[in-house]
Amino acid sequence: MADTLRLDLAVIAAQVPQGSRVLDVGCGDGALLATLREAREVDARGIEIDPALVERCVARGLSVVQGDADRDLTFYPDGAFEVAILSQTLQTAARPDHMLAELLRVGRRAFVSFPNFAYWRMRWSLLSTGRMPVTRHLPVSWYETANIHHVTIKDFEQLAGQLGIAIVNRWFFTREREVPRAGANWRAEYALFELSRGC
Amino acid sequence: MAAAVPNPVFRLPHPLPLDSGQVLENAGIAYQTYGDLAADRSNAILVCHALTGDQYLASRHPVTGKPGWWERMVGPGKPIDTARFHVICANVIGSCMGSTGPASLAGDGAPYAMRFPVLTIRDMVRGLVALLDALGIERLHAVVGGSMGGMQALSLAANWPDRAARVLAIATTARHSAQNIAFHEVGRQAIMADPHWRDGDYYGRDKAPDAGLAVARMAAHITYLSEEGLTEKFGRRLQDRPDGTRGAKSFGFDADFQVESYLRYQGSGFTQRFDANSYLYITRAMDYFDLAEEFGGGDHGGLLAAAFAGSRARFCVVSFDSDWLYPTAESRHLVHALNAAGAPVSFVELSAPFGHDSFLLEVPALDRVVAGFLNG
Repeated sequence: MADTLRLDLAVIAAQVPQGSRVLDVGCGDGALLATLREAREVDARGIEIDPALVERCVARGLSVVQGDADRDLTFYPDGAFEVAILSQTLQTAARPDHMLAELLRVGRRAFVSFPNFAYWRMRWSLLSTGRMPVTRHLPVSWYETANIHHVTIKDFEQLAGQLGIAIVNRWFFTREREVPRAGANWRAEYALFELSRGC
Repeated sequence: MAAAVPNPVFRLPHPLPLDSGQVLENAGIAYQTYGDLAADRSNAILVCHALTGDQYLASRHPVTGKPGWWERMVGPGKPIDTARFHVICANVIGSCMGSTGPASLAGDGAPYAMRFPVLTIRDMVRGLVALLDALGIERLHAVVGGSMGGMQALSLAANWPDRAARVLAIATTARHSAQNIAFHEVGRQAIMADPHWRDGDYYGRDKAPDAGLAVARMAAHITYLSEEGLTEKFGRRLQDRPDGTRGAKSFGFDADFQVESYLRYQGSGFTQRFDANSYLYITRAMDYFDLAEEFGGGDHGGLLAAAFAGSRARFCVVSFDSDWLYPTAESRHLVHALNAAGAPVSFVELSAPFGHDSFLLEVPALDRVVAGFLNG
């Protein structure tokens, strides 16, 4: 039975070409990869740092490697994948800029989603309490969170420009629904970008 | 316990060419099978055994009377399910459980002893492939192995890339490290220092080099366990005396400590079922194993990826966090090469307290990984 996918993953699942070769970096329990394999017959591969999650992926027959994306992406050859996916993981990377460059080295296209730190609830929480926000989307306190590089939609778009990465498509979400592009840096809880190598 | 046919031996119809340039004439390979082979012969799994293992994978060992060495993994309804799969396990050439080895008779009617040619892991696999040919199995559903069995699985994947659809390599390495070679050399020197070894010509004599072989096994056995495991099992506890008195320091060199007694028991038990010369030859084959070197990348395995360039198989690599004989770093090295070759690979480091021997023991996560990989 297909897993119920988060909104960003459902969008990615609809965008990935039939039968393509896909790498999901930080693939968790393999829900997206399993959906892609069943619905779109992709050659699905993953990297995941948590051994318990890797074990669940392997037990469901997925090709998932236990590893640290900061270190292990370098072992994949250039252009090994048609699509590379980094969902809700960018903000945990040691160097998000390097991670994006690596993602578009191993993949011809990339889908990257991340929580938007400029979401209005975040801004309000910081403004009103003077403390780092703990929300439903970023539920862990600052001292124990894996999210070491908080980023906003504006920051991300600027970084993509600096790195010469082309933004092919973008989607914005609250937990329940998609939101329009206008005012997204205020209104979106998280964002999804489709990227390709710039010219 | 699965029923098994009495020890069949496949006799190779042609001389077996070896990596040394020599050939092995009239080689025999003893094997066991479990579960039925499907009409289309698509459900065969080859399980490769470790250094001192044998073909009695899931059936009673004829010498020791003990259950098969992987009965917890192989059988009806188990992770390697013999209700679905036809499982084959063969004694490697060079060993001593029915396959041709140093104790076998050469053409002149006398045991080979040290006239037996030095083998490699690839030579062992060449023998296994000949067996598969004879059994009419073109393509295995999977080849599976732990430790030296994992080396054979990797060697088969690299050298006969069309023969297996899945490759499961557990607690193993793509090359023997200096530390691995060093421990083996201790074992070999212990055997060769035994006056009963007589340059390998002990067959038919009153005494075999059992003391040397036992010491080799004792040293090796330590490398199969973790420090944590040894401490938990034995600590510094003293061994009770045979007359029932409580253990005490003897101020001599009896087995005062339980760990000493355990190792002595393991060592002497091993000599009942294993041939000292086989131990020399098989450890040598493991020491020579360096898959990258075989594929032209002699410099510390820089070209290990080349070994898997022609592979269409799916791979699964498993290591254990307490295994210091073939540590996780060796598995990662292998996985990075498989990534570079574009091979579909899974890798997981499982947490288990038993050291290298974890692959043989009660590790439920391993069962889930094995079953998931073989069924995926």
